[in-house]
This record gives sequence, C-alpha cells and structure tokens, in this order.
Amino acid sequence: MNWLKLLLQRLRSSFSQSQTDQDLEMEMASHLESAIEDNLKRGMSPEEARRQALIRFGGVEQAMQQHREERGFQSLDILWQDLRYTFRTLRRDPGFTAIAILILALGIGANIAVFSVVNTILLRPLPFHDPQQLVWITGLPGRGGLSSQTYSTDAYKAFVSQQRSYQDVTGYFAFSTSDNTRLLGRGEPLLLSGVLVNGNFFQTLGVQPILGRLFRPEECQKNAPPVTLLSYPFWKRQFGADPDIVGKAVNFDGRSVTIIGVLPETFDFGSVFSPGSKVDTYGPAILDDMEDWGNTLALIGRLKPGVSLAQAQAEADLLFPRLLFSFKHPDWGGNYTGKLSILKEYVSGKLRRSLIVLWCAVGLILLIVCVNLSNLMLARAAARGKEFAMRSALGAGRGRLIRQLLTESIVLSAIGALLGLGLAYGITFYLAHQGSIALPLLSSVTVDGSALVWTLLITVATAILFGLVPGLKMSRSNLQEALKDSGHGLSEGKKHETLRAALVISELALACVLLVGAGLLLHSFLRVLDVDLGFEPSRTAAIKVDFDDSKPERRGAILRDMLQRILAVPGIEAAGIADNLPLDMNRSWGLSAKGKQYKPGELPATFVYVVTPGYLNVMGMRMLAGRDISWQDETGKERVAIINQTAARYLWPGEDPVGRMALVNGMDTRVIGVVADVRESSAETAPGWQMYLPVMQNGPVGAQLVVRTKLRPEVLASSVMATLRSINPAQPATEFRPIQNIVDHSVSPRRFFVSLVGIFAVLGLVLASLGIYGVISYSVTRQTQEIGIRMALGATVVNVQLQVIAKTLRLALIGIVLGAIASFAMARAITSLLFAVQPNDPPTFTSTIVLLTVVAIVAGYVPARRASRINPMIALRNG
Amino acid sequence: MSKSKLDLLQGTLDLMVLQTLVSMGPQHGYGIARRIEQVSGDEVLLNQGTIYASLVRLQERGWISAEWGTSDNNRKAKFYSITKKGRKQLAEDAAYWQRLSDVMGRVLAMPGEHK
Repeated sequence: MNWLKLLLQRLRSSFSQSQTDQDLEMEMASHLESAIEDNLKRGMSPEEARRQALIRFGGVEQAMQQHREERGFQSLDILWQDLRYTFRTLRRDPGFTAIAILILALGIGANIAVFSVVNTILLRPLPFHDPQQLVWITGLPGRGGLSSQTYSTDAYKAFVSQQRSYQDVTGYFAFSTSDNTRLLGRGEPLLLSGVLVNGNFFQTLGVQPILGRLFRPEECQKNAPPVTLLSYPFWKRQFGADPDIVGKAVNFDGRSVTIIGVLPETFDFGSVFSPGSKVDTYGPAILDDMEDWGNTLALIGRLKPGVSLAQAQAEADLLFPRLLFSFKHPDWGGNYTGKLSILKEYVSGKLRRSLIVLWCAVGLILLIVCVNLSNLMLARAAARGKEFAMRSALGAGRGRLIRQLLTESIVLSAIGALLGLGLAYGITFYLAHQGSIALPLLSSVTVDGSALVWTLLITVATAILFGLVPGLKMSRSNLQEALKDSGHGLSEGKKHETLRAALVISELALACVLLVGAGLLLHSFLRVLDVDLGFEPSRTAAIKVDFDDSKPERRGAILRDMLQRILAVPGIEAAGIADNLPLDMNRSWGLSAKGKQYKPGELPATFVYVVTPGYLNVMGMRMLAGRDISWQDETGKERVAIINQTAARYLWPGEDPVGRMALVNGMDTRVIGVVADVRESSAETAPGWQMYLPVMQNGPVGAQLVVRTKLRPEVLASSVMATLRSINPAQPATEFRPIQNIVDHSVSPRRFFVSLVGIFAVLGLVLASLGIYGVISYSVTRQTQEIGIRMALGATVVNVQLQVIAKTLRLALIGIVLGAIASFAMARAITSLLFAVQPNDPPTFTSTIVLLTVVAIVAGYVPARRASRINPMIALRNG
Repeated sequence: MSKSKLDLLQGTLDLMVLQTLVSMGPQHGYGIARRIEQVSGDEVLLNQGTIYASLVRLQERGWISAEWGTSDNNRKAKFYSITKKGRKQLAEDAAYWQRLSDVMGRVLAMPGEHK
C-alpha cells in the first residue's frame, strides 16, 4: 500500500504547509551559510563569496517551488492559492468582472433553459410506467382531421379481441372540448374540461391515483352510477386539496357524480395528448353508449415485452383493413388503417428538428460568449503581461500560469453559471405556466437533476474554452521582453491584436449564422401570419353557449331567437353560431357527388361544421357562388350544404356545383353554395374538404356563438352574458375567446421557436458588437501616441476616423463573408422548418449583412471619435 | 527545456544522491551537492537548489530518511541517510543504468556512415 502512505504524507504536508516551508527555509539557509564559509576559506571577498554561493544554488524561490511541487498535494495547495488570488484580482477589476459574469450568466442561463425544454420534450421518457412499450395507433394522418385518426367503438372492440401483440389496448374519447362540463350546486355554474377515457386507460399507462382508486369494469357499463377522477390541480384549486374527497358527490350538468379518486400531479393529460389545454376531470367512456357516435376513440396500446414495433405493425397491417365501422352494418365496411408509432415519438417527434435547431442556436450563443470572454481575458492579459512576467521570474512555471488563468475563468464561469441557473429557473417557470403555447409536456419543464449535470458540463467546458487560449498565449510570452515592454506598440502587443482580431471575426461569423437562421424563421413566421386563412379573425370573438337541445325540431327557433337578441345588444355588428370553429376542434363526415362512382378510399373525409345562417358572414368567409344557409332550410325540407372550393373542384370539375346533388353521410343533399377554402387544421397545412350544414337539419356538437364588434369583447361580455342568461338561466359564466387567440394558439409553437431563436440572435449580435468595439477600442488606446504624432503632422479628424472605421470594416467584412458561407450550409439544414421561404432567401441574407455592417460601423465609430479627439500634445507628452 | 530531458535528469539526480549517501554515510544537502559536483568534475551543471526537490522525493518514497543534526562547522543542518529500501532501489537502478550505458556504448560504437 505504497500509494496510500504517499497519499497520507502528501495530505499531512498539505496541512502543515507553513511548518514544512519553515523547515526548508532553515535547511537552505544553512546550506548557503556553509557554501559562503567554504568560499571565504578559498579566499574570496565576503560579497563575492555570497554571490558565488547564490549563483551555485540557483533560484531560491524556484527551489522552494520545486520542493513544494514534489511534496504536498500540489493541486489542493495551488487551487487554494489560485482561488484566493483570483478573488483578489477579480475584486480589483469590478467592471471586467461584472461584464464577464453577466455575459456568462446570459449564455449559460439560456443554455440551461433550452436544455431543460429539450430534455423535457425530447429526451426524458414520458411520465408513464415503461413508456417505451406504449404505442400510439392512428389512422391515415393528414386529410380528414381527427375523425380519420380515430376508431369506432366496434372497431376498437374487434381489434382488442383479435390482437396478439399488446398487453392491453386502451383509448379515450378524442372529441372532448374544453369547458364541456358544468359544475353546479356550488354558486355560479362553473365550466370544467372533462375527458372520457376507456376503463383501462390509467392501468394501461401505469398511472396510479394518489387518493382513492381507478375505474372498475362495472362502472364502464351502460347505466352505471356515474363516477369521476379528479386531476391534481383541479382537486387543489376547487376542493382545497381535501384529503377526504373520495366518496363525495358533485353535480355535473345536473347529474350526481361520485368522486372516486385523485390523479397524481405528474399526470397531465393535456400536456401529452392535447398540448396547450387543461383537463379537470376524467370519466369512464361507456362504450355501449358510444356505438353510434362514429369514429371517436384515439387508441393507445401497451406492447407485450419482446414484441417489436415492426411485429406489431405487421399485425396491424393485417387486422385494421378487416375491422368494421359498425357490427350492425357490416355492409358499411370500415376502411381502416392502423399506423403505429411509439407514443413518445407521436407526442414530440414532430418537434425534434425544431428543438435541435433551438439547441444549436443556444450552443452558438455559448460559443460566442466563449469567444467574447477569450477576447476580454486577452485584453486583460495584455495589461497583466508584466504581472505574469514577474510571477514567472519569481518561480512560477508555465503550467502554473495557465492554471492560474484557468482558475480565473472557472471562477468566473461558476459565478456566471449560478446566476444563469437562477435565470433558467425563471425562464422555465415562465414557460411551464404559459398555458397558451401548444407544445407537449411544456407544463412540466423544470431545471432538474440532468439539467444541473448539463450546467456543470457546460460551465467547465466554457471555462476551459475561454480560459485556455489566453492562458497559452500569455504563458508563452517572452519574459524579458514583457518586463521591458512598456505595454505600447511592441511586437507582443501586435501578436495579441492578431489573435483578438481572429476571435472577433469568428464571433461575427457565428452571429451572422444565428441572425440568418433567426431571419429565415422569422420570415417563415411572417409568411404563416400572412396566410389567407379564409376567414377574418380580427374583431371577432366566440363564446360557448348553452341551450335546450332536447327537441331537435325546436333548435332552429331557439337559436334564431338567441341570435336576434344578441344582435340587439348595442355594439354587436354581426353574429352567428357554429358547433366547431376553424383551427379548433374538428370532425369529419363523408361527402360525394351523387351518381358518381369512386374507388374506396379515393375521397378524403370532409370536415363538417353545423352552422346557423349568418355564421359564414360573421367569420368573414367568402362566398364564391350560390347563397348562404337561410332559416327556411328547416327540418324536414330538402337537405342543403355549402361546400368549399377544394371539394367542389374535385367533385364537379369544370362544372358549377351549385344546385347539384351530393351525398352527405349517404343522405341526399343539395349543394347551395361554394365558399372559399378555410385553413381548418393549421395555418400551415393546405385546407382539406369542408362543408357547412344548417343547424336545423343536422345535430351540432355544442354551440359557439361568434360575434363581430368594433368594441373590445370584454366590454360586451356582461351585456351578452345577461342576454344569454335571459334565454337560458343555466348559461354558465364563460369568457369571450377572440378568434385571434385561436389563430395565435395554432401558430404558438412556431412563435415560440421564432422568439427564442430571435432572442438568441439579438444576444449574439450584441455580444459580437461588444467584441468588435472592444478590439477597436483597445487598438486605439494602444496607438494613442501614433495617432497623436500623425495629427501633429497634419492628419485631419476625418483622416483619423476613417482609418479606424476602415479597420473595423475590414474585420467585419471578413467575419460577414465567412458567416454568410456558413449560413448557406445552415439554411439548407433547416429547410424543413421553413414555410414558403427559400433557404437562400435574399431579403434575409441581405438584411443580415446590412445589419451586421451597420452594427460594426457603429461599434467602430465610438472609438474612432475618441481617436479623433486625441490631443497630440498630451498624447506625445504622456508617451 | 523539453520534458523528457528533465525526467531523465531527475532520475539521474536521484540515483546520484542515493549513491553519494551510500559512499559517504549520512550527509546534509550542501554536502551531497558539493560531493556530486566534485565527483562529476563539474561536468554536471547542477543548480544546488534542485537537490532539495530530489531529497524530498526520495524521502517520500521511503528510500532515505532525514534528521536534524549539527554539521562539522557547528551549524544546524538536516542529515539524510539511505534506508534499507533505498539500498535495494539503488542496486536495481544502478544495474539498470549499467545495462543502459553498456547498450548505449555498443550502439554508439557501431561504425557510422560518414557523409
């Protein structure tokens, strides 16, 4: 155990440092005295004897240092020494310290925050038991919206009984809307968002309630006494986290429902399955009641251990085409497909590219921060050249000097990281509480353990990156020259400047890449906002209304009366009602031209909106031909429909569709009008087939009252609510939802990414301009004397300024050219994130180049002005 | 100065110190340094100060031991003496050096091709 003894010895000597040092000093003193005595004996003069003894001994300090390095726990001692020294130097230069820490905090903080987001959405497994076994089962994605991605209860039952790949298959009712349940009997009716899930939903996901129990099979049968599970936030908010809540009854829509349990805080249905929405309660889906509801179940399966996704997919390819839509109508067929994906992939796969781009952007920021600090450290190191020369003369080795500089950079970046952590906590808290951003899992973003590990990693990497370059540079400097060098105009200073110029150039190039990336994304975002949605979101707002729909033949009269009273409210210009709004919930039915034959699967499912007369007008949709629905299109009269342009073009190519006969879910329906396409699923995807059917002839799923007004919707809220209450006293209190909010929600992921990348780009630009300012400013200071001489010899103010600015521009242009080349490569890599913008988008590139040039000129102008104000007399005298 | 050269020197110095202690018995730092200079005929350019790093290194490895004592000229000095372990190490190292120098001698004695 030799090394153990060594370790103990070293530790001991580490602690008894001063004692050992004293010992050594005594020993060396005795050595020198003996040597001097010997020299005297040889007949030297006392001075000569002493001088010779010292020469033979070599440097006393170096010998001491060597001795220390041999014994003691070198690293510990030195670390302690370096730390103390570092804190002293940093305190002495508070301006530099503050700026360095601030820059680091911004860079590291942004990185931690983005890492937390990436980690939560992309890297961390879903908060379920064995989430890699969970698969999302969906129909053909794309056309037809939710209805073509979901399954009927009969199809679900058949699939469950035939499949061999899954431990369990579950589902949930995919058409639950927000605010679909009224909590009564506790003051004013309160709107809740409830979701119906299959009885085995939580068991399949592996979620256990924190209170009570999950659904029992008998509770999912027809006419079972109604039960509900509460979400954790709802339990806390509405019931004050009542520990005895289980078994109590609440009144939902007039029904007494028993609370059987509370789900854990970690379970957030909305954040996984329906980003940007919250769910308050969960009820069991009674499958027997849902047989005639059509395709409504979204399916999730848990694979058996050892079954691969490919095996399960092969089975699905076999089973799904054979599934029937309805057991009662085997002749209807099913026309199903089943595409499997790992649930995690379904939830966040679409975002992978955006998140990786975000991650790269924030990484670039960190690089710029490193370059910037390298530069600051170099500037400082130049000023400290003498100090370092002195230290190396006093026995500090090269490694020791590098270590000193690294200690400084580590201390700086550690303090920066601490502040950055605070910043990241703030950012993630803010993001987690942004209910309106439609990104999955965002509500659970926190700075967690892995983010802390990441912080440590980038802190050390940053410190090494920005500490090493100046460290190597400094320690290589010539000792004598440095001691003699007055700090101005000598070769060492020149070399420093070349290195710093290279750093500034790379900084500008990096900033250029960031700016081009942000510019392309921003341009795409503007293009998305510019998309013709097919309706006018401004000045319109929707409110969910409640009415007595027990007698379908009375529906028309009730809604007509409601609209008339609403139109009488001062300030309301137009009003209409639809069951679903664009970019919100959707459902689809079948639509075809009567008398024509189509191949199975040829026609896409058609989005269906059940509306009142006036709805198309209030939404600002454009009728292209025919007429709007009227109150005369009553129950029992000829069924009518308005279809959109895309459907019309396919069904009656080259013909006038108005007046033609169509089949809507198999029923004869007269096409009475054609309306311009509306972006129904997202602003970025091309519109599908759409039809608008009168509310008198078709069953709506709820009712959204849309009004157009010159006033702000909040102003109207109370009078509209009073009117609605006068018709239906049970109308719950809901808020107006500006249609613009629905549009904003739909583009929120893009807005989210654009704002973040934009912020990073601005940060990068500021850092780069600081960098360029620093270098030019330093070189002006260094050349004070030279400029003074030139001015004394007749150089004008303009001459001097131009020279400084020309120098700035030279640096800037090299950086911009390099950056532009790198940007082309970057732009190609993010092509799939762009919308209606080419990767080599000239406006983006041009404006970036102009912006960077202007910023560089400004950054150079400040020192240039200072240069031109140099008083030759003073400059020369002080030189 | 390149690193490999320094290492060789360190090892060499350690060996010299050990041999000096064997031949002279307990000795203080100055004495060891002087002795090495004398024996090498001042061919080794030795900063006497570097001997202390070597001494502490040997001490930590347990090859020599140290004790404060009084020198011939009545001065307080730290006396170093070789340990049993040190003697063993010296024997090993000396054999190694002997072999190495034999080999080097033979290699360098090879007839060279002059330009």
